[in-house]
Amino acid sequence: MTSTLKISELTKTFCGVKALDAVSLTVEPGSRVALLGHNGAGKSTMMKIILGLIPFDAGSVGVCGALPGSGAARGAVAYLPENAAFHPALTGEEQIGHFLSLRGESPKGARALLERVGLHDAATRRIGTYSKGMRQRVGLAQALIGRPKLLVLDEPTSGLDPVSRRDFYALLDGLAAEGAAVLLSSHALTEVEARTDRILILSKGRMVATGTLADLRRSAALPVTMNVSARNGYASQIAEALPGAIRVGADLRIACAQEDKLRLLASIAGLGDKVADIDVVPPSLEDIYSHFSRRDGQ
Amino acid sequence: MNRILATALTEFRIALRNRWVAIAIALMAVFALVLSAAGSAPTGDLGVDRLSVTVASLTSLAVYLVPLVALLMSFDAVAGEVERGTLPLLLTYPGTRAEILLGKLIAHLGVLTLAVVIGYGLAAVAAFWEDPEAAAGLPALLRLTWTSVLLGATFLGAGYALSSLSRRPSGAAGLAIGLWLGAVVLYDLGLLAAVVADDGGWFTTDLFPFALLANPADAFRLFNLAASEASAAAAGVAGAATSIPLWQSALSVLLWPLAALAAATLAFRKVTP
Repeated sequence: MTSTLKISELTKTFCGVKALDAVSLTVEPGSRVALLGHNGAGKSTMMKIILGLIPFDAGSVGVCGALPGSGAARGAVAYLPENAAFHPALTGEEQIGHFLSLRGESPKGARALLERVGLHDAATRRIGTYSKGMRQRVGLAQALIGRPKLLVLDEPTSGLDPVSRRDFYALLDGLAAEGAAVLLSSHALTEVEARTDRILILSKGRMVATGTLADLRRSAALPVTMNVSARNGYASQIAEALPGAIRVGADLRIACAQEDKLRLLASIAGLGDKVADIDVVPPSLEDIYSHFSRRDGQ
Repeated sequence: MNRILATALTEFRIALRNRWVAIAIALMAVFALVLSAAGSAPTGDLGVDRLSVTVASLTSLAVYLVPLVALLMSFDAVAGEVERGTLPLLLTYPGTRAEILLGKLIAHLGVLTLAVVIGYGLAAVAAFWEDPEAAAGLPALLRLTWTSVLLGATFLGAGYALSSLSRRPSGAAGLAIGLWLGAVVLYDLGLLAAVVADDGGWFTTDLFPFALLANPADAFRLFNLAASEASAAAAGVAGAATSIPLWQSALSVLLWPLAALAAATLAFRKVTP
């Protein structure tokens, strides 16, 4: 199967600073890929290059086999900008109708699209009266026009409440099932964890990690933390038995590598009645993300 | 083609909601009526019909008002999209940038044409009211109407170009007012000063006609006054109007809209969202 999006060795420099440094990636039809990185990591720059809005310096970009920004590529790609904005004097229906016409479809389909994103009731109101979440939904509605082969979504869930966010990912699942490729950006790993097939992490313009969440967890190999609560008076005895444990009030905290986890658990269990309780805390998604995005000595 | 018409329809809607349609029509109507009322007093026995005299006054009005309305409608066209943040999304849709500009032009020119036709129409009705012979001036009125639309197209194009160059509505507004002052007001004053200082020398005989043709507003005035029977009724450049062949001013009036649109397209292509 040919890739919907194929980028190799993409480099873009702004005033001597490398915004993107030899980045390569492919997105297959039907796959959902999350692009992570903090502000200034190069996510938006990469998206704008894919959309053909800005030129690039070196490397190659193929969008559905065509050059980015070409007629064929624009016909196959839908975009949702970070802060979707529209003319405040138009109603939601008129705005979507305009976008439908630009894609060569009948503007009469606007109602149905707005209904799909839950904006049916506000369709005849001016966008100037919409909330941020509603504008984001209008943006999502226009991205659904004409069965796009590739969806480029810049922080699509910012400004959405948790319920809308779940609806949004359900929509994405449907699109991906129909064969659309999805590239979405976010700066929070917690937002994308369960709903994407692959995660890419950009840091200072370089691709520092790529894979499924399980892959990233494995390769980060971050330590597991255990919180041990001691019975009254036994804290110092436990601390002696567990070298490396740190006293936190009446409790103890100890970190260990993934592969030592079971051995440590066994030795804590061996302490018997002296231990009141134990919590095993795996590295959080934010820890994993920080691990990759700050590897460059930040 | 559908994309251009869709853009035109949306832009016309926006113009309607922003009251631009109402403002443009009211401006043209009020000024046209005031002019025909003010001009009705002294003429009497000039030997020309009422409507031709009205057309001569309307020419002097249009040369200021049409560029002003056109620039006011167009300065926001690109800079506004940049400021609102709507441009990047728009540019990811199929279609060229020239198509976007053409769609905006059709809408804005439609508004301007509506205002011009209503304004001139009211003035014509007033002229017919007073003088049954006014039909003799109809060809001049028709000529004034289509040249006004072309003059509007020129300044709409110039407005789009300035809007693309400045990328900020406030900057674009400043540039637009500057262009209006320069092209419509100061240009003529400068020429006048140069002619006076030159005192019938090389500038007056050789360069002056070309300087008039090079300015779309002056070419518009020249063409309408030279073609009009009533040039005697108008002051100012009437003298110059007779010395420049009609086809030259007509050509300038026809070419300027194309040049302005080409400049607008070039400037818009350079805008990176």
